[in-house]
Amino acid sequence: MTITEDAPGHVGSRRLRKEDPALLTGEAKFIDDLALPGAIWVGVVRSSEAHANIVGIDGSAALEIDGVNEVLSGEDLAPLWGEGALPCAWPVTPDMKNPAHLPVARGTAKYVGDAVAVVLADSRYAAADGAAAVVVDYEPLPAVVEIEDAVADGAPLVHADLESNECYTWGLWGDNAPAIEAAFAEAAHVVSERYLQQRLIPAPMEPRGCAAVPSPAGGELTLYSATQIPHILKVMTAVVLGIPENKLRVVAPSVGGGFGCKLNVYAEEILCSALAMQRGAPVRWTEGRAEAAVSTIQGRGQVQHIELAADADGKVTAVRVKLLADMGAYLQLVTPGVPLLGGFLYHGCYDIPNYMFECTSVFTNRTPTDAYRGAGRPEATYAVERAMDSLAVSVGVSPEEIRARNFIGADAFPYESAAGLVFDSGDYQTVLDKAVALADIDGRRAEQAQRRASGSSKRIGVGFSSYVEMCGLAPSRVLASLDYGAGGWEAATVRISPTCKVQVVTGSTPHGQGHETCWSMIVADQLGVDPDDVEVLHSDTAVSPTGLDTYGSRSLAVGGTAVYMATEKVIDKARAIAAHQLEASEDDLEFSGGVFRVRGTPEAEVPLAGIAFAAFTAHDLPDGMEPNLEAHVTYDPPNFTFPNGTHIAVVEVDTDTGDVDLIDYVAVDDCGVQINPLVVEGQVHGGILQGAAQALYEDAVYNSDGQLVSANLGDYLVPSAAEAPRFRLDSHATPSPTNPMGVKGVGEAGTIAAAPAVINAVVDALRDLGVTDVDMPASPQTVWRAIADAQGGAS
Amino acid sequence: MTAVTLTVNGTERSLDVEPRTLLVHALRDDLGLTGTNVGCDSSSCGACTVLVDGQSAKSCTMFAVQADGADITTIEGVADADGTLHPMQQAFHEHHALQCGYCTPGMVMAAISLVEEYPGLDEGGVRHGLEGNLCRCTGYQNIVDAVLAAAGSGGD
Ligand code: FES
Ligand code: FES
Repeated sequence: MTITEDAPGHVGSRRLRKEDPALLTGEAKFIDDLALPGAIWVGVVRSSEAHANIVGIDGSAALEIDGVNEVLSGEDLAPLWGEGALPCAWPVTPDMKNPAHLPVARGTAKYVGDAVAVVLADSRYAAADGAAAVVVDYEPLPAVVEIEDAVADGAPLVHADLESNECYTWGLWGDNAPAIEAAFAEAAHVVSERYLQQRLIPAPMEPRGCAAVPSPAGGELTLYSATQIPHILKVMTAVVLGIPENKLRVVAPSVGGGFGCKLNVYAEEILCSALAMQRGAPVRWTEGRAEAAVSTIQGRGQVQHIELAADADGKVTAVRVKLLADMGAYLQLVTPGVPLLGGFLYHGCYDIPNYMFECTSVFTNRTPTDAYRGAGRPEATYAVERAMDSLAVSVGVSPEEIRARNFIGADAFPYESAAGLVFDSGDYQTVLDKAVALADIDGRRAEQAQRRASGSSKRIGVGFSSYVEMCGLAPSRVLASLDYGAGGWEAATVRISPTCKVQVVTGSTPHGQGHETCWSMIVADQLGVDPDDVEVLHSDTAVSPTGLDTYGSRSLAVGGTAVYMATEKVIDKARAIAAHQLEASEDDLEFSGGVFRVRGTPEAEVPLAGIAFAAFTAHDLPDGMEPNLEAHVTYDPPNFTFPNGTHIAVVEVDTDTGDVDLIDYVAVDDCGVQINPLVVEGQVHGGILQGAAQALYEDAVYNSDGQLVSANLGDYLVPSAAEAPRFRLDSHATPSPTNPMGVKGVGEAGTIAAAPAVINAVVDALRDLGVTDVDMPASPQTVWRAIADAQGGAS
Repeated sequence: MTAVTLTVNGTERSLDVEPRTLLVHALRDDLGLTGTNVGCDSSSCGACTVLVDGQSAKSCTMFAVQADGADITTIEGVADADGTLHPMQQAFHEHHALQCGYCTPGMVMAAISLVEEYPGLDEGGVRHGLEGNLCRCTGYQNIVDAVLAAAGSGGD
């Protein structure tokens, strides 16, 4: 059976989520909701300096506070982890620099927010008061704040024992350099642009938190954490602290969003685990919001140089990219790999024969960066989609025409890209055409012309973004070729109980995506049962011992496929039992609607429920067959999947104030076959707003001393409902041939597409005023200045 | 410690709190009502929204002692005892107005109060009325639609 052909109806329907009632009534338990009587509360003392020697730590005032019991420095805590440092799982080059990153710093603090001491207290308030009362004596050192400063002559060193601030240089060009040189030499049009990817604060509404609970008699430890990756966290915690894996259990309770920032192994998780083992008591920590801004990873942080060479018709012949990427002060779990995830996609959805990408990554005295929704792919899409608009202007054609002239054709799949990927499926032109029709481009352009002609200060701009991304991370062998420190498979177990209820155990770890609902729909269709009769277990290594968790839009394409395949395996076993009972050949059986029938003999049938019970009693099974209906699958995908789409933003820009209003947003996405369009649309909505927020509002602003000045939600502008536009969506599915359901993934699509669409719209609105570029975020001040500069330059 | 009496979801509760204990922590830590969430430390996110004497309030911006004698409704108190969801909760469910669900209790409480106070709001009114409640997952469209639907059905 395939989902696309004879699905009896759940897959593809807008089924409401089974996750909702517990979340809507307050019954769901998030990390800070856990009641742990007698727990030690941890308060973390964080560096107020971007770079400084720690001369002294005075905890005397803290210890006078009622309920504060201990103040511990990095030196005091060092025996807990010995040489163990926080892990980086992605050494992208053999000579990559990876300075030891201790959970609590010793000697030198390297960024504002670096943990320098901890307070142990009886309550959350005492922990916070105590941390605030610890006096740290710093000897300030020169700090490297901005990315380009890190590679300037005479730059101070973030790590004194390294020769420079360079972490690594990684490139992708093979033996292509002469062809690229030739393409640029012969080009009729050359576009050369420099774009800035500001740092972003992920800001899931639930901050991080963790609680380590020991069982001293047996030496076991349970680590609860607001994490996307309980499975990976378990392995890493075991390795860092030397806890035998069989003594460690990791549980992610309800998790209030992650967006990549909970895809990590953090100092506080290691700290609470180590202290809990040492003290034989529960140890817990809950992050504050301003604390999160500096103690949780940030996203983006790149300076991008992109060049396109094109012939007279605007057909692009080569793309050449040089990146400077900000790692922050240390490498977290996949920090160095993030630019690489974009590094294969700077040709966008265009058929470009010559490709060169090079990234130099540097240390700065700022919070580490790492994966944030899209991780490398929003950056790549931004650069190529902005540059394509510049090329359109140079060639003298519309944005949609320059894209049409360069799209990978619908008949070109499987398409092998110059960067070495094999794209699975797509019809980029049809997707763009649908978006153009939905957005009423002609009407908008007429309005734009009319406002310009009348001298209106309210300009209209239309911005395109066509994107393709790689999802379904990932074939393990491909990851090996990229020096990633783990595989890319996913595990699933499917069991049918004696009463024909279904238990699905998934290695994916949802934190808002709706896996319980979607996995139930898939399995229900396969087995002919009701989705409500399917339970989905996850996020606890005691019930789901094998998994690689949720990030990179991988869950459905890899984890969902594993569930699908495990269910098929269960059906195969059930078929053997049915054949035995019906005294028929397996080949003569058909299975639909939960019933096995002998083809051509309609009365010879047995329902799955009967087989489930027979498998349980095991009284009469085929010779040699094990009892029970259960199957486990670990699925390693043969390829990535390649979701794609075209988004169109329409903005109104007030040229007097620089204010940008996002007045329409159209998105047409190809995420492959959709399991639940309701869930897909929700992912797209949220993703678009996160991308649009990078374009218009959000910026982790550091001053020249390395202080983060936008640390709380009053200064860091996470948009509200008042700023958000109404999104208008359509889709165009080309099923992926990579997996049996034809699915691709959708978790990051909106974020990848939105920022260039919005900025292209802003620039389009102002192009007749001479504006050719506007930096992100396009705040009123930035836009006003861009207009003033363009007008000043023109006069 | 200071003695405080609150009527929470219809039941009178007496507790001893430090004078500086925030209402949200009294609800969560002292009364075990963990449905009300904390998402910030600057009164910006609205995750902690409850009803105090029928008005929505961010429970991280008031001390428990300030609520002495008040009638408090939290997310745990809006569904019927038999589990039937409040019309606003039901509308959130039907419109897929939640993903991770962390903002949801505060968002639902704010929406209940908004619709009660300003019946007949249009989309713009709902968007501005919920400005103090942040959601990072949904992009707000389904939340706005849920609130409009609940308002339209008289579902205060
Ligand atoms: S926790 Fe109260 S407004 Fe954020
Ligand atoms: S549903 Fe996740 S923050 Fe609103």
